[in-house]
Amino acid sequence: MAMADATDQHGAPTDSKGRLLTSDGTPLRRALERANRRRKLTALALVGPLLAFILIFFAFPIAQMMWRSVDNPQVVDALPRTLEALQAWDGRDVPPEPVFAALHADMMEDLDRTRREQKFGPLGIRLNYELSAARSAISRTARSVPGFEAPYRDAFTDAHRLWGQPELWRVIKREGRPLTLSYYVAALDREYDEFGDIVKRDENRRIYVNLFGRTLALSLAITFMTFLLGFPIAYYLSILPMRHANLLMIAVLLPFWTSLLVRTSAWIVLLQQQGVINNTLVALGIIGDDGRFSLIYNQTGTIIAMTHILLPFMVLPLYSVMRTIPPSYMRAAKSLGATPWTAFRRVYFPQTLPGIGAGGVLVFIISIGYYITPALVGGQSGRMISNEIARHIQQSLNWGLAAALGTMLLVGVLVLYWLYNRLVGADSLKLG
Amino acid sequence: MVASANSDGFVVFDGVQKSYDGETLVVKDLNLSVGKGEFLTMLGPSGSGKTTCLMMLAGFETATHGEILLDGRPINSVPPHKRGIGMVFQNYALFPHMTVGENLAFPLEVRGMGKSDREKAVKRALDMVQMGNFINRRPAQLSGGQQQRIALARALVFEPELVLMDEPLGALDKQLREHMQFEITRLAHDLGITTVYVTHDQTEALTMSDNVAVFEDGRIQQLDPPDVLYEEPRNSFVAQFIGENNTLDGVVKEIKGDACVVELDGGALIDAKPVNVSKVGERTRVSIRPERVEASRDRLGPDAHLIQAEVMEFIYMGDVFRTRLKVAGNENFIMKTRNAPDQTRHNAGDMIEIGWMPKDCRALDFPS
Repeated sequence: MAMADATDQHGAPTDSKGRLLTSDGTPLRRALERANRRRKLTALALVGPLLAFILIFFAFPIAQMMWRSVDNPQVVDALPRTLEALQAWDGRDVPPEPVFAALHADMMEDLDRTRREQKFGPLGIRLNYELSAARSAISRTARSVPGFEAPYRDAFTDAHRLWGQPELWRVIKREGRPLTLSYYVAALDREYDEFGDIVKRDENRRIYVNLFGRTLALSLAITFMTFLLGFPIAYYLSILPMRHANLLMIAVLLPFWTSLLVRTSAWIVLLQQQGVINNTLVALGIIGDDGRFSLIYNQTGTIIAMTHILLPFMVLPLYSVMRTIPPSYMRAAKSLGATPWTAFRRVYFPQTLPGIGAGGVLVFIISIGYYITPALVGGQSGRMISNEIARHIQQSLNWGLAAALGTMLLVGVLVLYWLYNRLVGADSLKLG
Repeated sequence: MVASANSDGFVVFDGVQKSYDGETLVVKDLNLSVGKGEFLTMLGPSGSGKTTCLMMLAGFETATHGEILLDGRPINSVPPHKRGIGMVFQNYALFPHMTVGENLAFPLEVRGMGKSDREKAVKRALDMVQMGNFINRRPAQLSGGQQQRIALARALVFEPELVLMDEPLGALDKQLREHMQFEITRLAHDLGITTVYVTHDQTEALTMSDNVAVFEDGRIQQLDPPDVLYEEPRNSFVAQFIGENNTLDGVVKEIKGDACVVELDGGALIDAKPVNVSKVGERTRVSIRPERVEASRDRLGPDAHLIQAEVMEFIYMGDVFRTRLKVAGNENFIMKTRNAPDQTRHNAGDMIEIGWMPKDCRALDFPS
């Protein structure tokens, strides 16, 4: 324990370096740290379980998804010799005989492996993403490979014509690296041409960029609709006495407590061609029987249903901000000579911006990744990017592409959030 | 019993009533006239209707019945933004998203004043409250007293003829409040504006106003200049509400013009000035200010009324002594004496003789 060497100008003991000491000679800084340690440990213990949960079930899967979007082990694992032999190949014609010999050796080795460990199955699937028919070329050849004899080149091209085409070999050489960008190339509606350059896909095969654009546009439309509907409700709630406000708030929150499927099915009942709304309109003679609106299984359906579902996310932050704006501001503005409209526009509205920002960001981010409602009521034109991601995970099983799309969505949201933060400031957000 | 409506006042309430629920009246038959340039304070406990009156004048509440006139024009149907009345709110209501300068420019802007005129007027108003250096600050960066000054400047910047203030000093500490009281009265008089000021703080009301209207139960109990209000309260509510007050309950025994005799509940007979009593046998509450009670005979006139008292407690307060006495059964009878060199300091248990002048002893109504 260091003893006091001196005192500072106020007479407090200090050590040789001029640091303040406590009365028993411990440096003040260390004493403070010791005193605070317990509190820090308690804080950590309190957030610890949630932190661990988030790490294991949120951060880790996201990192894994991002890894999967570039992970490319199939070709490297299955064709080590072939890739080595391909190094000298210029990529123009069909590769020379040594490449085919290497391919034969790789295939023979794979046949010795147990079924579970065979690498040509995954290879076929992987190559098929880049070049359709590649899978059938591999599986058909694999069956007859034990009977092949030199020269292997003819044997392979006889087994399947694709072996005689440089296109397949270019794909093998390009994807013969442990990491790939080709999922992102595909996710951006682009592909490699014969020179290895990235070019746009044929018009009729471009899907994702348009889908991203549509997702963005639909999310913006939904955010705007929730704002349009939510602002007056939140305002009305905020000026009501607490007792009535709580009652009305329950009505606003009711969608939260109903099963998503029930709500969405209700919308189907209401909105379909033979549904309640159309039937009523026809019965009232407002529209003819042949002029029924198509309100569902298209973008309109997605917007209507999602606006309904996401409305509370807009109303709650707005309400909490409006509740804190005292009525005296509006009164002050009016007493200063502002018309009610000017008072609202210049004094009230600007003060609700943190709520609008919070509600907007919340609704927008939720809707940009929304899956179930567009899947149920969106039809073809109301689909969003999440539906496509789900399709690749569940049906086409192209997880690499799904991961690339998901990562792009994630990065897109982060970029938008960053932009919002730059323009408005995230600390002004008020979520409730 | 209340000053009747004078139709040539600058602000006139003529038989105004206000009810929120249709069952009870918050303001009952209010008649009030405020002269041009006058500083009128509405004083009363919370729930007495004073703020409602102010809000009706500002236009944020509508009168259920009766007429409010401003400069001779009825304003019941004029919306607040067309009344041209400056207002200072309890919590200042400075717009948090605007700078001080923008706050002050706001009333000028909505009146369509040009930019350069606006800047001049804003600067003048800020200089008036000695806040010229704060033009680019936000309200949140100002202290309570500074916000108060800005709120005042904003209410005055468009040169209204009438300014309303709703407990504007309530949130300030004592010293600042006293300073601002002085500042507000000075400004109001210098600019010659009519001011209607609402407060529940009687000191504020007494020090600032030309006239004070004491509100209770939706009515004006008394409307008078501060000195009259303090020295000649017209009923026991006012006597009790304004300043400190000793009360003794009893029955009127005799009334002779300007004097009456009251038999206290303890049996003693005292002389008093009949203010709110009309007949013999009526129950009354007699009120005496603590500073009008004396323990030394030299300070009293020959016709002073003397009575025995027991000292319960002696409280030394620096400039004054407070002596709590038991007088005619009332154990909370306070005598306030100046800390003069010759002043006696009594001890608890002493029996002393105290006295007061009959004219300072006012026989008022007995509260029901």
